[in-house]
Amino acid sequence: MSPAATETWPRRVLAGIDSGDTDAYAAHLDTWGPLPGASGPAIVEAVEASGLLGRGGAGFPAGRKMRTVAAAANRRPVVVANGAEGEPASGKDALLLGRAPHLVLDGIQLAARAVGADEAHLALHRGSPVAGAVRAAMARRGGPDGVPVRLHEIPSRYVASEESALIHYLNNGEAKPTFTPPRPFEQGVGRRPTLVNNVETLAHVAAIARRGAAWFREVGDADEPGTLLVSISADGVTRRVAEVPTGTTIGAVADRAGVGRDGVAAVLVGGYFGSWLPAAYAWQLPLTHRAMRSAGAALGAGVVAVLPSSSCGVAETARVLGYLAAHNAGQCGPCLNGLPAIADALRRLASGAWDERWWPALERWMAVVPGRGACRHPDGAIRFASTALSVFAEDVAAHRSGRPCRAWSADPWLPVPRPPGGWR
Amino acid sequence: MNGFSSAPLWYTTRSTAIVAFVLLTASMFLGIAATQRAVASRQWPRFATQDLHRNVSLLGLGFIAAHIVSTLLDSFVYVGWWSLVVPGTSPYRRVWVALGTIAFDVILVVIATSLVRHRLPLRLWRAVHWSVYAVWPLAFVHFLETGTDAAHGRFGLWLDIGALLALVLAVAIRLAAANEPVGPLRSVAGRSR
Amino acid sequence: MTMRIRVNPIACEAHGLCAEMLPEWIELDEWGYPILDGEELPSQLVAHARRAAKACPTLAIVLSGE
Repeated sequence: MSPAATETWPRRVLAGIDSGDTDAYAAHLDTWGPLPGASGPAIVEAVEASGLLGRGGAGFPAGRKMRTVAAAANRRPVVVANGAEGEPASGKDALLLGRAPHLVLDGIQLAARAVGADEAHLALHRGSPVAGAVRAAMARRGGPDGVPVRLHEIPSRYVASEESALIHYLNNGEAKPTFTPPRPFEQGVGRRPTLVNNVETLAHVAAIARRGAAWFREVGDADEPGTLLVSISADGVTRRVAEVPTGTTIGAVADRAGVGRDGVAAVLVGGYFGSWLPAAYAWQLPLTHRAMRSAGAALGAGVVAVLPSSSCGVAETARVLGYLAAHNAGQCGPCLNGLPAIADALRRLASGAWDERWWPALERWMAVVPGRGACRHPDGAIRFASTALSVFAEDVAAHRSGRPCRAWSADPWLPVPRPPGGWR
Repeated sequence: MNGFSSAPLWYTTRSTAIVAFVLLTASMFLGIAATQRAVASRQWPRFATQDLHRNVSLLGLGFIAAHIVSTLLDSFVYVGWWSLVVPGTSPYRRVWVALGTIAFDVILVVIATSLVRHRLPLRLWRAVHWSVYAVWPLAFVHFLETGTDAAHGRFGLWLDIGALLALVLAVAIRLAAANEPVGPLRSVAGRSR
Repeated sequence: MTMRIRVNPIACEAHGLCAEMLPEWIELDEWGYPILDGEELPSQLVAHARRAAKACPTLAIVLSGE
């Protein structure tokens, strides 16, 4: 089920991945040349000028984050590259790490130079299919590349790749989110200022350091320039990853990726953390954080999934909520009580065991839980659920009154992995 | 020996011991059972039981202090000043007094750490606080063996046993309350959700 | 500068003392966990908030600023 890259717009970070050269490092050097010798401050300036936003989901300006960590006066910073793709419907990090690991490793070195770090970490989920490729790439680079990079395979739980969970894992072996402040950029690994970046962000940094901020800004949206990797799921199982200029509409991405628009009931943007949108509305939405926010959604880590009319949105939502509820870290009362309650109610709604007296309770839970956990897991899960209830309103009404909804397929659509092991 | 020696001092030593023991046991009872939110009610809100636990503990400490002073001043049985903090230095009933010394020392640390709870890491405070489970048995035995009331009058023995049963009850309450499923709660303001 | 009040949801064990001491600002949800009316405290509630923070058995009420 490896993600396949599709032919789309100008290739930036995905340039050269199809070279077919068995020596990935040689191919990388062919495409990109050697690691640039730019100074730390020059790198920070270039990234700031480029307007690159973090590609891990939050969309925070990468240059500003870098500058803040670099400016930390007291202790030597640390760089953490987050390649732990917890979102089941996302495949971009896996693609990058599997086919362009050297660009990511370059990015780590450049980021380390930019903030003055003396150590770096790269995190993958345990059992990740690209761990081998990453190890091979790290070994292939031979001698000291600059800053030593340690590879970590973290527990494969949904929230384990959250920024503070990653730091907590590196500090004491448990991948559970922590209460912030202080945020990692203030106090992270070993209480040192820590720059945590998604691997795609670092790949873009490596490209910008060579080609410049102006080059980066040549494509994409004026305010959120560049390209981004989008994972689009055509059949609920295969994730296709495309590198598209920011501002491209969801519909254009779907067309190029061969995902048909007919028979699509709704589009999910941002993954299981994200929002459902009615299909017709979604197709014309540009892929920018701005546009998503004003649509009441969030771009997240660039995940787009479509749901066919044959599938029941209520049933899919119930299944995913069950997964998300099982993946809470068990640390915060509202989340560990609220998410299972919501998941249970949705399950009853989907399966026909509904009692209308549950509706006020469901609404209450969805109102009272968000924002009261240490991380954004409950917020994302509830955003997923509440947008579903709104987009699939007709089906919800049918289920509530015990009528059959318009869907006719009982086969599960959205991928929901088995709940895995522990936190360490 | 130039100290006082008199029946009043001896009776003071014994009576303060009894009151201190009762107060300490009461404090432990509250700490074990009343900290469970399922045990709280509108008549007994948590802040009230919390304050009560604190005040009973401080009062108990006061009575222990009085007990100690009275013991030291009393020359009928000689217990030196060292025995206040160093266990095993009392010529009188060395071992049993030592238990009292240890218990007192630990109680002092427990209370001191609780008074500055906000400046300490939570885990440290908790670890110190839990040591009362080890301290109470020491007090129990000290009371039983050092005091003459247990041996020569049944009353001391019954008090000791009664206190033990009370704590067993407290633990039972705690275990039962902790196992209760979380249900709807009312805040003191009266709103039920 | 106004005082800010937050709950550390990881430390919170739903003892409920904060809601008892600061009912004007804190309510308990159906599982016993606190819901705050906001982060910025009105000045007349600051003293009560301090008491609420002191009362919390797990020190989960976090006050800052002022």
